[in-house]
Amino acid sequence: MAHAATTGAQAAAGTAAPAEGQQHPIKLYLVVWGWLFVLSAFSYLVDYFHLQGYLRWSLILLFMSLKAGLIVAVFMHMAWERLALTYAILLPPVLVLVFVALMVLEADYTLFMRERFFDAGPG
Amino acid sequence: MPDTTPTHARDAITLPAGGAGGVVADWSSDQRAFKSASWGKAMMWIFLLSDTFIFGCFLLSYMTVRMSTTEPWPNPSEVFALEIGGTHLPLILIAIMTFVLISSSGTMAMAVNYGYRRDRVKTAVLMLVTAAFGATFVGMQAFEWSKLIHEGVRPWENPWGAAQFGSSFFMITGFHGTHVTIGVIFLLIIARKVWRGDFDQGKPGFFTSRKGCYEIVEITGLYWHFVDLVWVFIFALFYLW
Repeated sequence: MAHAATTGAQAAAGTAAPAEGQQHPIKLYLVVWGWLFVLSAFSYLVDYFHLQGYLRWSLILLFMSLKAGLIVAVFMHMAWERLALTYAILLPPVLVLVFVALMVLEADYTLFMRERFFDAGPG
Repeated sequence: MPDTTPTHARDAITLPAGGAGGVVADWSSDQRAFKSASWGKAMMWIFLLSDTFIFGCFLLSYMTVRMSTTEPWPNPSEVFALEIGGTHLPLILIAIMTFVLISSSGTMAMAVNYGYRRDRVKTAVLMLVTAAFGATFVGMQAFEWSKLIHEGVRPWENPWGAAQFGSSFFMITGFHGTHVTIGVIFLLIIARKVWRGDFDQGKPGFFTSRKGCYEIVEITGLYWHFVDLVWVFIFALFYLW
């Protein structure tokens, strides 16, 4: 409880957000900017060279995740926020993956029914 | 002013510990849970979270109709190809739009940085450059829409295959384009305030009677980077898939 009391007191003292806000070297932004360009070029090349199958899907998803991660972590400064905010914002979208799984099952079922009853011709 | 100003050294003294214990302490504490973020920044993040769900639902419904249709899906690589100087380039318009939007994100990040250095001219100019990139993006999207509509793409039919292609395309890119347009307007309003020196003289900020400060540049930036972020997903899942 003593610990809780001290953190409470510290919290009260630190309620004002830093006056100067987020300050990071310009170089960091330029490096991330460069990487975003490179990763976008790679994504485009995946299509340009007609890569197919699992290689295509995994590369597209990899470049997409890297780009999204760089934007959120550095450009949106999530890497420097406190974990309480990071978890509150980044965990809920992860749960959308459950929704994705549900809709994959649903779409497979719909496709099966359509092929079974609409494309099979008479009878 | 030096490039690195360790403002976070001060946070380490005034803020409670980090890690999992810090999360519990922040969330169970009195008055405010987000101790390092101002109310404006926290509210923008929560708005962006809700917007994430909206775009998530659009992309999910696109996935569902694409997986469940028995008709072949039109090949985006060919649909969005252009002839430039006699060369057939697949998906080139979308690639250029992607680079335009990423460039705008870079200039926005620099604007935020110069804002916190209280360099109002550079901040305003970089925000205007960002807005110009955004307007270019919307212009290219208008070109893309007119081209597709001219070729006979409608929300209910298209010449190449599954009808759901048109409805998904217009819904997703239309909603994203609207976000970019709103972002451009938002950028212009804030850039004007920065240019006039409102945040140096302590005039009221945007939608508030409190003293304005350069943090609004970062909050505008959060919205703008989010628009770029959504495009990353649309580019990968709609155009490349």
